[in-house]
Amino acid sequence: MHEVRTNELDSSSAPTTPAVHYLNATHGAASWFFTKDHKRIALLYLYSVSTFFLVGGIFAMLVRLELATPRGDLLSAETYNKVFTAHGVVMVFFFLIPAIPAILGNFLVPLMIGAKDLAFPRINLASWYLYMTGGLFGVAVLVMGGVDTGWTFYTPYSTAASNSHVVLTALGAFVAGFSSIFTGLNFIVTIHTMRAPGMTWDRLPLFIWSHYATSLIMMLGTPVVAVTLMMVVLERTLRLGFFNPDLGGDPVLFQHLFWFYSHPAVYIMVLPGMGVISEIVAAFSRKPVFGYKMVAMASLGIALIGFLVWGHHMFTTSQSVLAAVTFSFLSFLVAIPSAIKVFNWTATLYRGSVLLDSPMLYAIGFIGLFTIGGLTGLFLAAIGLDIHVHDTYFVVAHFHYVMVGGTLLAYLGGLHYWWPKITGKLYSEPWAKTSAVIVFVGFNLTFFPQFVLGYMGMPRRYHAYPAEELSWQVLNVLSSAGASILAIGLFLPLIYLTYAAFRGRPAGPNPWGAYGLEWETTSPPPTANFEVTPIVTKPAYYYAPEEH
Amino acid sequence: MSHSTAHAAHHPALQHHFDTLEQQQNASTLGMWWFLVTEVLFFGGFFMTYILYRWMYNASFHEASHELNVWLGLFNTAVLIGSSLTMALAVRASKTGEKSQLVMFLILTLLLGSVFLGVKVIEYSEKFTHHLVPGAHFQFHDATLKNGAEIYFSLYFGMTGLHATHMIFGGFVLVPLIVMAARGKFGPAWYTPIELFGLYWHFVDIVWIFLFPLLYLM
Ligand code: HEM
Ligand SMILES: [Cu+2]
Repeated sequence: MHEVRTNELDSSSAPTTPAVHYLNATHGAASWFFTKDHKRIALLYLYSVSTFFLVGGIFAMLVRLELATPRGDLLSAETYNKVFTAHGVVMVFFFLIPAIPAILGNFLVPLMIGAKDLAFPRINLASWYLYMTGGLFGVAVLVMGGVDTGWTFYTPYSTAASNSHVVLTALGAFVAGFSSIFTGLNFIVTIHTMRAPGMTWDRLPLFIWSHYATSLIMMLGTPVVAVTLMMVVLERTLRLGFFNPDLGGDPVLFQHLFWFYSHPAVYIMVLPGMGVISEIVAAFSRKPVFGYKMVAMASLGIALIGFLVWGHHMFTTSQSVLAAVTFSFLSFLVAIPSAIKVFNWTATLYRGSVLLDSPMLYAIGFIGLFTIGGLTGLFLAAIGLDIHVHDTYFVVAHFHYVMVGGTLLAYLGGLHYWWPKITGKLYSEPWAKTSAVIVFVGFNLTFFPQFVLGYMGMPRRYHAYPAEELSWQVLNVLSSAGASILAIGLFLPLIYLTYAAFRGRPAGPNPWGAYGLEWETTSPPPTANFEVTPIVTKPAYYYAPEEH
Repeated sequence: MSHSTAHAAHHPALQHHFDTLEQQQNASTLGMWWFLVTEVLFFGGFFMTYILYRWMYNASFHEASHELNVWLGLFNTAVLIGSSLTMALAVRASKTGEKSQLVMFLILTLLLGSVFLGVKVIEYSEKFTHHLVPGAHFQFHDATLKNGAEIYFSLYFGMTGLHATHMIFGGFVLVPLIVMAARGKFGPAWYTPIELFGLYWHFVDIVWIFLFPLLYLM
């Protein structure tokens, strides 16, 4: 292990970029659009997911602009409904769910286990096309005038009342769902059958464990929401009755089926993020992750228990008291494996030689924000409290802390951590640190006031609020101001990372001095990932202490 | 043995990212099994809905199921089991390398699958003429049971429609497989696509084995 940090190297031994790598091995548009290389497919996802993130972000800014004043002066109620729906659908189905697995997972799963590619490269490419098809449906909906059901498509509004483009939106989510199923399938089979010699299960990086658990959820949950969306489409188009009370159907059944997927889906978003954090925390503390096995098993535990708690979204429906109490209890249980992870990361940091490089700043931000989000989840899991804050901004703040504070920060941290590997170039560390701080500050300013607003009773999904409640407006203005700061913090990486990809200094194979197979090949890696198949002889995170 | 592995490593079907044909076959088989698990969950949403409404509208469901033609359903069940048998024989023929048998059994499977779908068309059109299709024109002889019956028929069309879609998809996959088989692409060293398609076909068959009693007999 060469522990010299690149930025301290003198020019004589400065690292160079290999002459041939996956980026320049072949040329032309066709070599990208028909590629079967998991690394190139990861980049295709990077471009498309980032574009959707931008679209979702624009809608978010519209929401925050509208709420800066109590009156509904910018958008009509109808338009506002469409705007927050577009924001939710795009962010959940086209950003949060694919971001880490489809970009970082695609790039890293084969590299980290020493494989040449994913097991099914063609299915991998097809997954990207499915994702794009779903996305195009979504874009078509936006062009045609939008949809106003909220990202949850609650029936009977979505099937019998709304006159917006529900069918096409549901089909878009349906198609994108299959992309997710196939990505999960590819990961599972790859991890099972294609590990390099010596890469035993107890040596797998935690990033791989978390993707393994995520893939299980993708495969076991997504089909259920897919068929549910199909039923919505059938009910709307052919009037096949499943959920419409006029036909004798039960709308709460829709909620059960929807949340059977969508609660686990929140772990599709956050588990890969936890994998990223484990890698970063180990690399920048120069220590093995404390309690490696517990952290790995916690991923599986989260995946498992995540399937048993969906009913906590239905405390205010006709669900029976017994069911509510059971779901409440199980929801508390799911906090245990998450807490294990947080404690173990903290224990890893403790007495480590902690380096505060930009990925680490994101990781520390993640741990803080995710903890707040998780703890407020416990508030919500308590039935009495939930009835008070249900469908208020408290819930909005809760899920943004976990999804944005968790998933997005982990995604950014991972992107920074592996950017030198992906592009072979180093980015500007001062800029990266600055933007990490701006994101953290902007984020808290945006979402913390929403906890207070929700507790005070401001309902979610309204485009106006009473002007007499002066404190509501103050808090909303703070939140909108925070959103602008956050937007700046998110825009900066776009600039300096892109700049680095073209103009950055060569990174060399291992700029962070990190341990893991992905750091043993060139940056960028060759098309086949490794010149010779690596043989693994050491456990994960083998940061021998005496070397530091 | 080591010779045959070395030989297999040069098989034209071996893809660049696998080390051995055996590894490749393991991956494909595992992938297919997991895919079928996702399929079970996909149908599971419908089965869950069925169970719930069966419980809520037991009388309506009972009455509505009399509107189905049990004999046609029974006939189709036999046809489908027959196609599962010909498919199993096709897999065996591919393993032993009997090319003409393989082609014949695949064609038979395709034919039986088409018969099944043809019968489904007859059944569907009967429902149309009897106003049993949910929607504005739905009629049911017992008005007190109408809501439940409509839900029953929604489930009938939803579930059998999803099943039929799987059959049609299977038919579209069978055609290229038949062409490949006729060109002698499969043999003892490599028959993965036939074997995997066999798994898929049996799965579709098994789903019907559940649908038939739930919809026609109960
Ligand atoms: C780990 C990552 C988590 C994510 C990404 C997440 C995400 C979400 C989202 C998106 C919603 C809102 C759904 C909607 O109505 O649109 C939500 C609501 C909720 N969450 Fe979480 N959550 C997480 C963790 C937790 C935990 C650990 C608990 C409980 C221990 C929890 C309990 C709840 C409850 C009870 C609600 C429903 C609140 C209501 O609508 O009244 N969440 N969460
Ligand atoms: Cu939940």
